[in-house]
Amino acid sequence: MAARVVAIIAGLSVAGLVIGPVIAVLLRAETFSGFGPADWQALRFTLVQALLSAALSVLFAIPLARALARRRFVGRGLLVALLGAPFILPVIVAVLGLLAVFGQSGLLNRVLSPLGAPQLQIYGLQGVLVAHVFFNLPLATRLFLQGWLAVPGEQFRLAASLGMGPRAMWRAIEWPLLKRIAPGAFAVIFVICLSSFAVALTLGGGPRATTLELAIYQSVRFDFDLGRAAALGLVQLALALAAGLVALRVASVPVAARGLDRMVPRWDGQGKGARMLDGVWIVVAAVFLLIPLAMVVLNGASGILTLGGSVWVSAAHSLAVALGSTVLCLAWALPLTTRWGEWLGLSGIALSPLVLGIGLFLIVRPFTNPFELALYVTATVNAFVSLPFVLRILRPEAEAIRADYGRLGGALGLSDWAWLRWVLLPRLKRPLGFAAGLTAALSMGDLGVIALFADPDRATLPLKIYQLMGAYRMEQAAGGALLLLLLSLSLFWAFDRGGRVGA
Amino acid sequence: MLELDAIEARSGSFTLTADFGIEAGARVAIIGASGSGKSTLLDVIAGFLKPRSGHVLWKDADLTDLAPARRPVSVLFQDTNLFPHLTIERNLALALNPRSGTLRKGDAARIEDALARVGLAGFAPRRPSEMSGGQQSRAALARVLLQDRPVLLLDEPFAALGPALKVDMLDMVAKVADAEALTVLLVTHDPADARRFADQTLLVENGIVGTPQPTQALLDDPPESLRTYLG
Repeated sequence: MAARVVAIIAGLSVAGLVIGPVIAVLLRAETFSGFGPADWQALRFTLVQALLSAALSVLFAIPLARALARRRFVGRGLLVALLGAPFILPVIVAVLGLLAVFGQSGLLNRVLSPLGAPQLQIYGLQGVLVAHVFFNLPLATRLFLQGWLAVPGEQFRLAASLGMGPRAMWRAIEWPLLKRIAPGAFAVIFVICLSSFAVALTLGGGPRATTLELAIYQSVRFDFDLGRAAALGLVQLALALAAGLVALRVASVPVAARGLDRMVPRWDGQGKGARMLDGVWIVVAAVFLLIPLAMVVLNGASGILTLGGSVWVSAAHSLAVALGSTVLCLAWALPLTTRWGEWLGLSGIALSPLVLGIGLFLIVRPFTNPFELALYVTATVNAFVSLPFVLRILRPEAEAIRADYGRLGGALGLSDWAWLRWVLLPRLKRPLGFAAGLTAALSMGDLGVIALFADPDRATLPLKIYQLMGAYRMEQAAGGALLLLLLSLSLFWAFDRGGRVGA
Repeated sequence: MLELDAIEARSGSFTLTADFGIEAGARVAIIGASGSGKSTLLDVIAGFLKPRSGHVLWKDADLTDLAPARRPVSVLFQDTNLFPHLTIERNLALALNPRSGTLRKGDAARIEDALARVGLAGFAPRRPSEMSGGQQSRAALARVLLQDRPVLLLDEPFAALGPALKVDMLDMVAKVADAEALTVLLVTHDPADARRFADQTLLVENGIVGTPQPTQALLDDPPESLRTYLG
């Protein structure tokens, strides 16, 4: 009985967190007079960059996944594992890495300009696209790779014994596979990029490269025009909801797909041309994904030792936010590991954090200074955003535990507490550790709502890094980025590891 | 007396009907083809399946609306009788104190005593994975002892053991049942188990539960359908 009450409380609080801010935004948006040219521009840019980002990510992922599926090489497992890393990589860290490669005085310009090539400009649409591909190419590749590895080995054996050539392989196996997976991968990435904020904030900007989310932020921070922010939020909400529903129909996101490093024996694609092509894709992708990260480590190594006190304070804020948000997210997730709970949690994908932030801002403003609550709001919103992923990880396992041990527990008459303490938590330890690690790392690296609310006294580490970048203190920013990277990875590692001990 | 009074129970599209009584202290085998409704019958008695109509009575008290743990019934399941991640001591502590799962004063001694009675003295700190299948079955039997309930249901709990071990376990259950004056229902599809363990047998066919009959007579001169099943 008590368990049911807890589930209802968890469900209502999540639903309230969705409905309350949305209503606040709806009410406030009414005072807005009309959609100006800049707003149309933002809407257009949001759609265009999301379309292009999704298209490019999927396009590049197809040959890369094919190469990874049919080649064995040293470091393959590592590269495949690395494809999961962007999920927990803080955006601001990746942006600094990309700037170090593609930026004004980045690697590429330093190599190319002596050769007389024109200066490479990263800020604008191209920068947003590079960053989005950096984050989503791995995701798309994992989706395709999963598809490739799901092709039964018999099909390849049959193809080999029939002596099927590349064209026949394409028609019999590859094309049907792409047709099945590509729409979903495209839709998921499109939805993710629709709500892109941190990338647009750091690499976009200017009226020509402003997403809706960025426009929301600007109207709050610079003009303090809450009516306009709310109206933009409404458009963003409608857009994300529509796209989210479409994506839900065509796709499933593998959060914790296991066994991607498995290898199915293959006989096709052994020609010289095919080998060369696969090799080129693998090397290019590895360079594209690894060099920026290497640059973060390289550039940050000297800066991390000279970080000012305010950076450490912001790091402490971030740690507190990450831990708080992890606790809250798991407290929500445990009672919601049911079918309807997972549906409820999906609202965390559809609702953009900034819209949520605006709504909460409007709600708390009559009572208190919202800026004082910045860190609490950030932790809450982060927990909410992670909830769908956490539920996707926990629900199947929790249901299996109920199926396996529910009768024994019922026969013994275990109380809800005893069931939780002695059965559910210990048996759920591994996925719980993994989910907690994801939540903590996501929250640690989040640069979203906090930018909306924060004053200098309550910055988180990602925001602090952004402020340092804005002040052109690049060495400090690079040091901060390395610190953030280390903290995010350590948090993930510690929780994930904690779940494995003795399990 | 354990009575099933005009029971009709549904599980999916399957319907089970039962109307019989068993004397307290009796040992009864439940025999029938797979899918005939043997396990469904146990579910109704244990409280995992609520009947559409009819009543389950124990010594004239109506159990029909009671949760499984509130019934005077303990169960040995086909599998999963112990939580694999907990020690035997903790498993048995959960049977003694299902609200908290903690060990109270004197519990350790009671647990050790129950383990000794099933020949597992000193096994308290082990986990199920560190024990053989037979030892796990005996630990589950120790759980039944500690639960101390007058009716014991066994849903083919020893099916995974070898023939000799199974016989040993049945004898041990019989010994415990005699000592504690338990009423026992044993689901099996081995007629030898029924002969060895139970003086009465219930035949279940296509969802219809018969009335208890002397095992010996039933198996020596089986009705047509049972003859087909026994081969």
